[in-house]
Amino acid sequence: MNFPLEAFTTVSAANPWTYVVFGLIGFAFGYTLETAGFGDSRKLAAQFYFKELTVLKVMFTAIAVAMTLLFGAVGLGLLDFSLVWVNPTYLGSGVVGGLIMGVGFIVGGFCPTTSLASASTGKIDGMLFMLGGFVGAFLFGETERYFDHWYNNAGYYGRLTLDQVLGVSPSALVLIVVLLALFLFWGGEHLEQAFGRRDLSREPRWRKVGAAALLAAALGVLVLGSPSVEDRYQRLSFKRTEVIKQAAAEPQSVTHVYSADEMLSKRLVFTSPAEAFKARFQQAINPVYLDVRSESDYNLYHLADAVNVPLERLADVIPSLLSEPPANTVFIAIGNDEAAAIEAWKLLVASSVQNVYILEGGINNWIAFFGAGDPALQPLATGGEDELRYGFPAALGSRYASCSPDPIEYEKLDFEARIVLQLKRDKSGGGCG
Amino acid sequence: MGWLRSIFNRPERGYAHPYLAGTVLGVVLFLAFLLTGNGLGSSGATSRIDAALVDIVAPEHVDNTPYLLKMAGGDKNPLDDWIVPVFFGALLGGFSSGARNGRLKLTTTKGPNISNRTRWLMSFLGGVIFLYGARMARGCTSGQALSGGATLAAGSWVVMLAIFGGAYGLAYFVRKLWL
Repeated sequence: MNFPLEAFTTVSAANPWTYVVFGLIGFAFGYTLETAGFGDSRKLAAQFYFKELTVLKVMFTAIAVAMTLLFGAVGLGLLDFSLVWVNPTYLGSGVVGGLIMGVGFIVGGFCPTTSLASASTGKIDGMLFMLGGFVGAFLFGETERYFDHWYNNAGYYGRLTLDQVLGVSPSALVLIVVLLALFLFWGGEHLEQAFGRRDLSREPRWRKVGAAALLAAALGVLVLGSPSVEDRYQRLSFKRTEVIKQAAAEPQSVTHVYSADEMLSKRLVFTSPAEAFKARFQQAINPVYLDVRSESDYNLYHLADAVNVPLERLADVIPSLLSEPPANTVFIAIGNDEAAAIEAWKLLVASSVQNVYILEGGINNWIAFFGAGDPALQPLATGGEDELRYGFPAALGSRYASCSPDPIEYEKLDFEARIVLQLKRDKSGGGCG
Repeated sequence: MGWLRSIFNRPERGYAHPYLAGTVLGVVLFLAFLLTGNGLGSSGATSRIDAALVDIVAPEHVDNTPYLLKMAGGDKNPLDDWIVPVFFGALLGGFSSGARNGRLKLTTTKGPNISNRTRWLMSFLGGVIFLYGARMARGCTSGQALSGGATLAAGSWVVMLAIFGGAYGLAYFVRKLWL
């Protein structure tokens, strides 16, 4: 079983069950918050005078438990982390919005979800906070246009996780966060003792057992680590829809599910030079020509706009390939022939990079197709597997005519379309958007 | 109507221990991620309900406001989003917990030294300010701090620190409200 379940990743009227599932999740959420006492604003505000740190305890316990379970499930290969919604980082609006929220928190005594727990149990202040919330959200919608550019761009880093920032593995960070949470609980309890006159000897003994269990689970996540590239590669599945024309009826579409190796053997991920060239003029997609050859081959000859990332350095750039480019980016891996590009393809798809293709026949095939008439490019009799089979007078890079073929001359090209743009998750499809 | 009265007159029970409530909340959050790939949230629903109301009252205004356009423009239904059932589920869940534990009571929770009216005004004002900030930061304590915290989203940890920073920074100056 692969989680998250595809049927539940987006709510839609076509699948009414999704409403029930999200409704139940919300129910459990509201129930727990009320049970923790968050319907009472005094309990929430006490946090900020160190009298009672219930907010900190509940929140960090929840974060630590959910995080440990989540990365445990990722480590076991149950959950595909690339399909989990990770809030994109916007430092500008995040910091200013966060500070504003803090002001609202201490003035109003609630945060949005706790005000729901409060309002639903008859607290008038909770209801008024909720009502005020509708006004605040409306005002934001009305004023957003005045700082639109700042809101959408200031400190934007896309999908960025803390382990990438700190340069540690996710599972090591899980352990660090758990240790941090346990330290905060320990310190928090002593603050409560000092400011709120709480008697620590009356606290239940099981909380120490719980702390030990959480720590053990975090150590387990560390031992488990992240699934290897090979494991993730074997779990991949690709969907392709085939339209079969009917003689006297509507065409029928059949959906096939292929493994990664089947995609290669059926050559469904090989895009012809003609299609790779035409991709540049398609509005819907944003092609990135990823040249995985050595720098010297790249300098001899490469496609216009091609980016050189030699195969051995590819793993280093994967985090930025996952977070930076727009969702409609299509990567086209390019080798001299196909061997290096296939290796690159395997690594990229196993790392959850979406929409990766391989230039069919590599640079040699590209030159045969677009540069056959160029007298400067001489075919060589020598040249082994995955090596250039053309001689070049100089390292002219992309300054040959065939590196950027004339769109008018090649306006009409016949090819079998292989590129299917897949958006696993719409950029606005998750989070609080 | 005996059953109805019984809901409202149960003996009041104490709150769950914070670590226990936190653990349950963590498991709920994890299950949300596991099943749907999404975490928890609520402030998005507030602005979606707003957008739906504006769409009924003044649909042309939606088309002139970029922020509303994204949610309710054209034939889009702003309520067709995962966060809306979560929002109503949370209301129902809070009510159920209150009913089960004898906490359904029409009352006002406030600090000892302010009147009900001051508390009402402040909670309304706090709601306005909080949701304004929540929409700016693209999520509140649930959608950013809790959900983003658990997925180790870098920006969410920054938002979380900013929320606590803002609240602690102002706490001393508004202590009359709470102490």
